[in-house]
Amino acid sequence: MWNSFRTDEHLGITAEITTYPGGNGDEIHAYVVRPMNEGPVPGIVLVHHMPGWDEFSQEFAERLGRHGHLVICPDLYCRFGHGTPDDVAAKVRSEGGVHDDSVVADCEAAAAWLRADSQCNGKLGIIGPCSGGRHALLAASRIGGFGAVVDLWGGGVIMPADQRTPARPVAPIDYTADLDAPLLGLFGNDDQSPTPAQVDEHEAELKKYHKTFEFHRYDGAGHGFFYYHTPMYRQEQAMDGWEKVFEFFERHLR
Amino acid sequence: MCTMIAASAAVNGVGKGATGWFPITQATVGYDHATHSGTQHALLLDFTNYEIGVEARVALELDLESGRALMAQLRSAIEAAEAIGEDSRVR
Repeated sequence: MWNSFRTDEHLGITAEITTYPGGNGDEIHAYVVRPMNEGPVPGIVLVHHMPGWDEFSQEFAERLGRHGHLVICPDLYCRFGHGTPDDVAAKVRSEGGVHDDSVVADCEAAAAWLRADSQCNGKLGIIGPCSGGRHALLAASRIGGFGAVVDLWGGGVIMPADQRTPARPVAPIDYTADLDAPLLGLFGNDDQSPTPAQVDEHEAELKKYHKTFEFHRYDGAGHGFFYYHTPMYRQEQAMDGWEKVFEFFERHLR
Repeated sequence: MCTMIAASAAVNGVGKGATGWFPITQATVGYDHATHSGTQHALLLDFTNYEIGVEARVALELDLESGRALMAQLRSAIEAAEAIGEDSRVR
């Protein structure tokens, strides 16, 4: 939990950009955060959002790491070239977005990388904000074997036919029957994607298949309410949301 | 929300980026998450040359009102140029 460390405790992380064999065996970049003060710890795949493999994603990973998780955040845009995150994201945008299959493959490879690490306790979570929330849910449903999945306001979980594209051909909700991990979802009631009605629809589908899940919906918040670098940030809702993320991972992955 | 609104066109021109002028081969217009304007979404105009690299990019983030004003002036300028018989090509 936030500020729950003891002041005489040894606390530290290492954080670095490295490479790992991603989908198709491609050597791609990843941001890896490793807690220094604990034994076997849960492994977390952090799925970055549409604006790219950016500084927010790195700091998000560090926060998870400081709370005792081994974190890998793959650069899902690595194959598009390199520059500042917004330049790379612009290229990805111009090509219709990164393909869902590519993301799932990189996440599956990241899960394998975590499992092979001696510091990992063998229990894995996957989390992402925005498009990363959608991708986290999609990857967890298609890969299987995760112990917990967290969808932070992922839009496009429900996709009418006219919103399906070559890069995003299938709606993650269509894989609900395959989901084998408990799901935490955090949503803002002022969001336009997902709308509260879409969250209702997703919830109904999860109930239909008797899935383990908990959704929390926040008034006074829209999309991206964890984003302290944007006007979307909502302090009260974000801090409560972070507590729910930490508690969910503790409950399912320790 | 991620709108996923984006479309590209092949264009012919030059643009001035961080390291000077370079040939522009593609324009992408989107409306999605802004990275620098301080708004949730913006019109995203990217003039690029990906044969050079992802950083060969001139980027704009505009609000919708600015986009409409820009579109009107672009149309006006093009029509005025056509009226005097111009159809210049960048060489």
